[in-house]
Amino acid sequence: MTERQLKYFEAIHEATDLALGADENVLLMGLGVPGPTGIFGTTSGLQDKYGARRVIDIPSSENAMTGVALGAATRGKRPIMVHMRLDFAVLSLEPIVNQAAKWHYMYGGRVRAPLVIRMIIGRGWGQGPQHSQSLQAWFAHVPGLKVVMPSRPCDAKGMLLSAVQDDAPVIFLEHRWLYNLEGPVPDGVYSTPLEGASVLREGSDVTLAACSYMVIEAMRAAETLASVGISAEVIDLRSVAPLDMATLGKSVGRTGRLVAADTGHAECGVASEVVAAVTEQCFASLKAAPQRVALPPIPSPTSPALADLYYPGANEIAAKALQTLGRNDVLPEPPSDPGRRWRDTPDPSFTGPY
Amino acid sequence: MNRIRQPRDVEPRFFGLAPTQASFEGAVATAMFREMLRIRRVEERIGERYAEQEMRCPTHLCIGQEAPSAAVCAHLRPQDLVFSNHRSHGHYLAKGANLNAMIAELYGRATGCAAGKGGSQHLIDLDAGFMGSAPILASTISVGVGAAWAAKLDGRDEVSAIFFGDGATEEGTFHEAMNYASVACLPVVFVCENNLYSVHSELDIRQPPRPVAALAPAHGMRAAVVDGNDVEAVWKAAGTAVAHAILGEGPTLIECVTYRWREHCGPNEDLNLGYRSIDEFSQWQQDDPLERSRSAFLAAGWLNENVISTMEQEISEELDSAFDFAIQSPFPDPRELATHVFPDPS
Ligand SMILES: Cc1ncc(C[n+]2csc(CCOP(=O)(O)OP(=O)(O)O)c2C)c(N)n1
Ligand SMILES: [Mg+2]
Repeated sequence: MTERQLKYFEAIHEATDLALGADENVLLMGLGVPGPTGIFGTTSGLQDKYGARRVIDIPSSENAMTGVALGAATRGKRPIMVHMRLDFAVLSLEPIVNQAAKWHYMYGGRVRAPLVIRMIIGRGWGQGPQHSQSLQAWFAHVPGLKVVMPSRPCDAKGMLLSAVQDDAPVIFLEHRWLYNLEGPVPDGVYSTPLEGASVLREGSDVTLAACSYMVIEAMRAAETLASVGISAEVIDLRSVAPLDMATLGKSVGRTGRLVAADTGHAECGVASEVVAAVTEQCFASLKAAPQRVALPPIPSPTSPALADLYYPGANEIAAKALQTLGRNDVLPEPPSDPGRRWRDTPDPSFTGPY
Repeated sequence: MNRIRQPRDVEPRFFGLAPTQASFEGAVATAMFREMLRIRRVEERIGERYAEQEMRCPTHLCIGQEAPSAAVCAHLRPQDLVFSNHRSHGHYLAKGANLNAMIAELYGRATGCAAGKGGSQHLIDLDAGFMGSAPILASTISVGVGAAWAAKLDGRDEVSAIFFGDGATEEGTFHEAMNYASVACLPVVFVCENNLYSVHSELDIRQPPRPVAALAPAHGMRAAVVDGNDVEAVWKAAGTAVAHAILGEGPTLIECVTYRWREHCGPNEDLNLGYRSIDEFSQWQQDDPLERSRSAFLAAGWLNENVISTMEQEISEELDSAFDFAIQSPFPDPRELATHVFPDPS
């Protein structure tokens, strides 16, 4: 029997449905959650199924409503809050960073805040400077927050179910370009640990460690590298806080080479953290300086002519991998698509909603 | 206050603000009609050409909501400033900002008003006093207050008019900005375009049944809620608000109740989504601000069909050339990616 395939957004929807079904205390809230487009399909129909007491639309008051969710969480509720863009959640940094992240610690373990905050990272179609930021490093920097960025539908489902069960606040980051990707997803309730990376492809020459959409690019890079005889191991970080150093260390121990790829900026970012931690802990194994593939220190431009230059992808990852190997092979050109002028959409059929 | 469902549910109310006594007559009315017509035609043209997939940025059209732009900006002088949100084309155009540069910006070209870096959601034209639009809700409200503060500090006679939607009034910063504008007695006109929806979420589930304008008295400010599809009503309320600002008498909030015709973001209609009824939609379409002023101004003898067809002709030519300009303009040079992150030393 072939395994059941779901798209990423369907996996999120299924996990949310199961979480709401399993526990009366689970709440789902966010602007547009019950609306006709249901947060790109991830919340569709859930208000009809679970009622307007538990599945709610909210005013565009990200700051206060995050505090409201925290307050409800301290009284036994398990809210899932959703933001259509991470950029909107920036208005709620105070309750996330000063409050939710710290309540358990600063009150000596007396109170728990089981809060899940989903944020969607945008990209493409001119979303520009205020609709496509990948600020995971901000959250990963704050002790008390768990920050996950699953790339595959099965992990999205299993990790969302774990996040709802977890008694700590979890920042759950979903890249918009993952939404239509399909993969096998088991039926029913299961949980995927919030702290583990996973090895998606084994290899012996170089480790490609990536998160979220960059995992897709890393897998493409590994294919390209294979065509020139290089065996790349691909690690999907899944969680960016905490990092799974055991898995990273084991891999780099074998390959001696590391390329870390992140959807955010390189400076003070997740790729930097991966490189720093691996360098500290596996220095003796390293055969070459680890490399980062991430965004330049530039806001996201809107014009497709600039956006196409802005985002690194499989080519850049493969090139950095070659660099760690001291090789300068000419990599095969990716198949060209004459119908496509710009690379600002995940596929040509994508013309919104964004 | 009852739920607003239909145009006839809109009840004008004034909180310490008297509509201007200045007479509303021919020249003013005709100019506003022309501006509304122009905004409508610009938005329609963008809507027609969006399907070509050359304007590759999220675009929020203001068809149906043209009156507040035209009426508020009719009172603004060249030195006055406008701050705006995601649905900004009408505000930009009515303040006299450059059409060619706006269309080129939508096309992502180097000649765009933000050099292709911003797109529809980030328009700017400093020469026209259009200080910027940004799609993060309520984000430009406090910035507009800050510009008014600077004007006051420097003794410059400048008014800040800040446009935003009903959704933005749910953000804390809106309330904080009103409070500060009021306590510092700043020359600000807050203009809320209440179109009853935030994306697909109706007002009644987001806010209690009171006018947005009723928030202003709590901050010691004057306010009015008016029929936002009646260009004359908006013009009268805005006239007093701008006059108070100029006289150093502090800020005012004007709520204009209006209605969006197209989808929240993008060129299409969206009745298929079912979040608003066909009946509701058609009531508001019959309340078309453009048609209302056309028939009223024709009846008053301020307009005639010849004048209107000349306007149509001029606007159509202006639009043809703006789109030609945009399409013939180059894309930004690759080197532009890294420019503007920091200003060059001045
Ligand atoms: C802080 C923030 N939260 C959410 C959004 C998503 N968003 C974009 S436009 C919009 C609707 C806002 O409604 P309103 O202010 O009434 O303006 P309208 O679109 O109706 O003109 C929303 C929720 C955003 N841009 N910024
Ligand atoms: Mg609105």
